[in-house]
Amino acid sequence: MSALVEARGLRRVLDGEVPTTLIGGIDMDVNGGEFLAITGPSGSGKSSLLYLLGLLDVPSAGEVTIDGRATSKLDETARARLRLETLGFVFQFHFLLPEFSALENVALPMRALGRLNNDAIRLRSHDLLVSLGLGDHAHKRPDQMSGGQRQRVAIARALANDPKLVLADEPTGNLDTASTAQVISILRAMCGPGSGKSVVVVTHDPALAAQADRRLNIVDGKVSV
Amino acid sequence: MSGMWPLILSIARTHILSRLRQTMVGVFGVAIGVGFSVMMASIMEGSQDDFVRQLVDSLPHISVTDERREPPRQPADQVFEAAEIHGLTTKQLRPGIKNPYAIMAALEGWLPGAVAPSVQAKAVIRFAGRDTAASITGIDPKREPDVSKLSTQIRDGSLDALYKSSNAIILGSGLAKKAGARIGNSVVVTAGTGRALSATVVAISHAGVTQIDENSAYVLIKTAQILAGQTGLVNELRVKARDVMQARAVASRIEAETGYKATSWQEAHEDLLSAFQMRNFIMYTVVSAILMVASFGTYNIISTITHEKTRDIAIMKSLGFPSYVVRRIFVVESMMIGVMGLALGWLLGYLMSYGMAQIEFKSPFMDATRLPIIYAPSHYAIAGAVALTASVIAGFFPARKAAALQPVDIIRGAS
Ligand SMILES: Nc1ncnc2c1ncn2[C@@H]1O[C@H](COP(=O)(O)OP(=O)(O)OP(=O)(O)O)[C@@H](O)[C@H]1O
Ligand SMILES: [Mg+2]
Repeated sequence: MSALVEARGLRRVLDGEVPTTLIGGIDMDVNGGEFLAITGPSGSGKSSLLYLLGLLDVPSAGEVTIDGRATSKLDETARARLRLETLGFVFQFHFLLPEFSALENVALPMRALGRLNNDAIRLRSHDLLVSLGLGDHAHKRPDQMSGGQRQRVAIARALANDPKLVLADEPTGNLDTASTAQVISILRAMCGPGSGKSVVVVTHDPALAAQADRRLNIVDGKVSV
Repeated sequence: MSGMWPLILSIARTHILSRLRQTMVGVFGVAIGVGFSVMMASIMEGSQDDFVRQLVDSLPHISVTDERREPPRQPADQVFEAAEIHGLTTKQLRPGIKNPYAIMAALEGWLPGAVAPSVQAKAVIRFAGRDTAASITGIDPKREPDVSKLSTQIRDGSLDALYKSSNAIILGSGLAKKAGARIGNSVVVTAGTGRALSATVVAISHAGVTQIDENSAYVLIKTAQILAGQTGLVNELRVKARDVMQARAVASRIEAETGYKATSWQEAHEDLLSAFQMRNFIMYTVVSAILMVASFGTYNIISTITHEKTRDIAIMKSLGFPSYVVRRIFVVESMMIGVMGLALGWLLGYLMSYGMAQIEFKSPFMDATRLPIIYAPSHYAIAGAVALTASVIAGFFPARKAAALQPVDIIRGAS
């Protein structure tokens, strides 16, 4: 089985008076349907790696191939399009648009993609919220919901365009035990031969890491064995 | 791609509404700019139009006189480069226009308008022992209504009353007042040539312009010729062009065909018209400045919003929203402020113009008047177009900055 994501010779150096190396040469794959956990000490470069895999950042050297497409030469518009079509993001902070309801937030990526009509978008947004146990909260704004609920809305939004890869950066970092367990099982359920999505999750949480198919430990911007 | 517009509009609307107070300040800024621009334009152009109309009404559109643009060449000039001529006495008689009726007949063949002859003479009007200087115009009452407003400016009596008695005269209202003469009175008219005749006042004219009403008197052509001491004299043909703006072109054709100097009203008032042009230039400069200041307000608001919404911009861009969508969101917000401001500004401008039109002014030089306001759609269109363009530009720079934002910079900082 060929990998969904292939990273080769990945480096990211921040320019400056003293250049900072965030990622110092990483080769890694993410397989289709795989649940991969990225762990490591604080400041080791886990988030930085995730941004590179998620095409939010551009590597200083190396190549990220997603679904067979090399991305280092793509311009910003093409990378944005690829994010919209094949990637979903969940961050530690929910990052929802504050003036929009849960339903509208989930609908955003679908409206931006423009493949479905408005009715279909509304229906799918609602279904996603229901599947994450938020059927009753569809019309609430983010500030009217709990942290766990918001994070689930963010997960629903990440799933909106049925991405092949979901990238999550400490998705349970701000949640209580109950919400954490809920989020872990949701992420876990996305992967597997049935649904075929891959999930890459950066986490400090042993419970979450324990659920992963594979773990990648990062120390000082490199994979440590 | 066009499917993006509902999304762009709904996001822009939410942003605008979430900053309602600032938005209203911006809207009022634009509205005041547009409103004052419209009002100023309607007053300035209204007064200009009014002035030009009075000018055009009180003077012939084209005046053909017995002067020539170039003095006729002396026979000696044709032989020598320079010539000194001795012993010439200037002719005492005014030359007049030769064959005026033939020329008029020729002009009437093609002229887009009408033509009438007149004779000018300076005179003193004596009544009850009081002398009042007057400028006498000999006219043809049959033709006069075609070239001037005089027939409509007769207060008591009519133009045709000039035929009533052998020496009839119409006095300007101010002149009649100065002389103390009334209809039916007999006045003595003494011309600069020394010739005098007694005339009966048959009507009073009132143009509403003090300068004219205090100086003018009208008689039949033949009466004026007697005063001038030259039978058959016609020293001016006055032309009324059907299209006032064509006067210049018509004048130059008349001049080419007759050889006499034909002066259009534009030429006669070149200085005034160029003063108007200067005035309009200043007006549009001031108006543009007002609208620019208003658009600074809009720029400020959009900049503030993009700052406050940095995180939202990062979210949208991280999800994969193209940069142009982000840019359009903020340009649209700026345009929304512009459009609301402009709608309110149009209303404000209309109301202020209307209000100005109600104020009455008294002037020593004219009858009491109201400000001549014109309601021209073009003023609204220009102010609107400038305001809208300014708001697009005001929104463009913050929007471009917002669109260039790298989401990873924000996300990195937030987590
Ligand atoms: N803008 C920046 N300028 C300079 N250094 C930076 C910047 N952003 C990140 N770094 C540094 O890069 C390194 C990697 O940061 P990164 O956020 O990827 O770590 P992390 O593994 O996600 O840490 P954490 O577990 O605390 O989230 C850190 O040492 C951090 O201090
Ligand atoms: Mg991190």
